[in-house]
Formats: sequence, C-alpha cells, structure tokens
Amino acid sequence: MCMYHSHISTTNFGKKFFLVNSFAKLVQKMANDEVILLDFWASMFGMRLRIALAEKGIKYEYKEEEGLITNKSSLLLEMNPIHKKVPVLIHNGKPICESIIGVEYIEEVWKDKAPLLPSDPYERAQARFWADYIDKKLYDSSRKIWGTKGEEQEAGKKDFIEVLKVLEGELGEKPYFGGDYFGFVDIALIGFYSWFYAYETYGNFSTDAECPKFVAWAKRCMQRDSVAKSLPNQHKCLEFIQMLKHKFGIE
Amino acid sequence: MATNSVKLLGVWASPYVSRVEIALKIKSIEYEFIQENVLNKSELLLKSNPVYKKIPVLFHDEKPICESLVILQYIDEAWLNGPSILPSDPYDRAIARFWAVYIDEKWYPLVAEYRNAEGKEAKAAVVEKMSEGNLLLEEAFMKISKGKSYFGGDSIGYLDIVLGSLLGWVKAIEIMDEMKILDETKTPSLAEWAERFCSDNVVKDIIPKPEKLVGIYQKYLEMKKATSS
Repeated sequence: MCMYHSHISTTNFGKKFFLVNSFAKLVQKMANDEVILLDFWASMFGMRLRIALAEKGIKYEYKEEEGLITNKSSLLLEMNPIHKKVPVLIHNGKPICESIIGVEYIEEVWKDKAPLLPSDPYERAQARFWADYIDKKLYDSSRKIWGTKGEEQEAGKKDFIEVLKVLEGELGEKPYFGGDYFGFVDIALIGFYSWFYAYETYGNFSTDAECPKFVAWAKRCMQRDSVAKSLPNQHKCLEFIQMLKHKFGIE
Repeated sequence: MATNSVKLLGVWASPYVSRVEIALKIKSIEYEFIQENVLNKSELLLKSNPVYKKIPVLFHDEKPICESLVILQYIDEAWLNGPSILPSDPYDRAIARFWAVYIDEKWYPLVAEYRNAEGKEAKAAVVEKMSEGNLLLEEAFMKISKGKSYFGGDSIGYLDIVLGSLLGWVKAIEIMDEMKILDETKTPSLAEWAERFCSDNVVKDIIPKPEKLVGIYQKYLEMKKATSS
C-alpha cells in the first residue's frame, strides 16, 4: 500500500486518481455496510448487541419490534423464521440470529476495533463457557421470580441467587469477568441488570444483600457509555413486567 | 503450537465425547483417554467441571475446558496446523453456530422427548415435530454444503461433527423403537450425508455401533429397574 501510494503520488494525476479511488472505495464500503438491529427495548439479549455495536463504534439502524408479544412484523418472520425472536442483527441484508452468535459475529467482522474477546484460545474458551452458562441458567430462573407464585417462585428465586453466587465466584477480585477489560462475558450478563429492580420487587429480596460483589460489578459496567446508553431504566422494566403479568393473567 | 499434554475425560458412548474425539483426530492431536464412571463421578470430574459435573472435559496442559461446543472451537483455535473445523468466513461461522445451537437445544431433545412420550398420540406428536426439524436440517444442508459432500464442504467441519456425533444414538433408538427418525424418502440429502459421515475414515471408529449402544441402554434400564425396586 505504501509503495503504491508513493509511486502514484509523484504525478498530479496520480495523486488525484489515488484520492478519488480511495474515496470511492470508502463510499462503497460505507454503502455496503448496512447494519440493522431488530430488537425490543426491554430485551436483555438485544442489549448485548447494542453494547457490542457501541463498543466498536459501529453505526446502525435500530428497529423496534413493537408488536413483539402479539403481532410480529413480517421483517422478523422473514429474518428469523425458525425462532421468530429478537434480537436479529442484519448485516447487508443477511440475518444473524441468537445474541451471543451476533456478538461473536460483530467481533469477527469488525476485528480491528475494541476487541471483546481475549486473544488467548484458553481464555476465549472460558469466556464462551461463561456466556453459555448465563444463557442456560439465568433467564429461566429469573422468569420464575416474576412469572410464578408460591413454591415455584421460591425455587426460582433460590436458583437465581445461586447462579449469581456462582458468577460472583468466577468474577472473584477482577474488575470485569475477562480481567482488567470489559468484554464478552460482561456484555452477555449486564443486560439482565436492568430487570433487577423487577426481580427484587417480585422476589422480595435485595441483590445488594445477597451478592454485593455482583452489584459492584454491575455499577462499574453501568459507568461505561456503551452500557448506560443500551440499558433501559429499571422502573420502566418493572412497569413492562407488570403489564405482561396483567396481559397473561399471571397475577 | 507444540503437541503438549492432551487428555480427554469421557465415556465411549457419549456423543458429546465423540465430537471431541473427531475434532482431535481431524487435527491429528495425540491424547490420553480417561474413562469416567458416570454413575460414580470421579474426583477429577467434580474438580474440573464443578459447574455441570459432566463429560466431556478436555485437558490441555492440565487446564480443563468444558462443554463440547466450546471444546470444538477451542481445538480449532489452539491448533492452527491441520484442517480448520469452523468455516473461515464470519457469516458462515455464524450460520454454523446457529445450527449447532438448534441441534443441541431443539432437535436432539426431541429424541429424548419421543422416548418419554407415553401413548400413540403423544409419540405421534413428537414424530411430527421431529419431521419438521429434519426438513429444516435438510434445507440447511442443501444451502450450506453448496452441492458438496458435507456441511463443511469437501471435508468434515463443525456442523458435521455436531450433528453427526448424534447419529449413533439416533440409529440405536430407531432399532429399539422400530421407527425411522431420519427418513431417506423425506430428507434424502440428509440421509445420504448421514451414511457418508458414518463411513468416513476419521469418524467410523469413533461413533459407536448402534447395536452396542442398544446393548448398554438395555443394561442401563435393567440397572434402573433393579435400584428402584
């Protein structure tokens, strides 16, 4: 690249050609890099992609799937026909479904900016393991806290706190799950924090009392622009769950 | 990366262990197989996988890696010599990962659901779901293989390993329940791929023979009966 540049910049024509050519390529690249995020404001899974895109400084169009519960859009059904769920990352018209897969995709395509995964294969494996653990364990138990009553709710609460304690153990004394830098596992987990006020209200517990280290980590993450801008207000989330419970008659 | 100490903790009958063995063989990695007793879990298993207490666990220089899909990606990234397991294009990788999750979370659990379903109607309902799933996989295979032999193209890749490792048990259940899970009349390309996969040189000595799996499953049922009576 350097050699090419110095060769053609020796003439005025060469200079202009180079500049026009580079600009044309840049415009083409920008035009070719159409990123859409089909999402729902309260989705802790969508938040993962919002944060990853923000961390990498990637411009994208946010599309709210307003009719998510009762009236899914034709775009959603076309982009995610198998699961019919948000979020869906759409890059130049091609859909990537499943939020963790989306974050890995963003990491691999925009690999020159703000790495989200460590470079060491063993540490990468650990990051993937914990992101997968969060996917397997956290949502289901949290759902029981606001979605059920009595014994089932108590069991859900117990499981949920247990999962947080395991995650606290993995975090240890590190500022972030990956160590000194905010990354993959932090991104996988932090979205759930926006629902914590709702969990605490329905489950009648205090996360600060049960898992203070977890809360400290969450507050640390919230200081990042990418996170603060991607997470909805906790009270809004509580209102949303109240609405869901009312709508589906789980009160 | 030099060949350092590699150990695999598992049991021969586990399809998730088979996945790791296939990947290690593709990369020509030498390893020590440590047989685990799943009915009486070892100290090693409990220490190396305290979260799930499950096999497989891969040890690389004594450091444990758990969860078969995580292990497959680790093997691909830690040993850069030899054939790649995942595709190189980020979009193709995302597609491969998507179907791997679908297979593990939606498709294969249907097999267990079928076994547990009681009565003709319940069983028929699961068969209907399995057929739908198979058609999705058939379509995925056509799109992803682009006319070649495997999901991975000319040679076995990530998705071939993820789905193919389950074929031993799929065939075992077909024998035990006298029914077809993979029907060549409904999903001909997938059925062809399955035969091709199972007879591949890398795979054929790793995936257990369905008859052997039927045998140990019968033994397992007998043991369950004995302990509960």
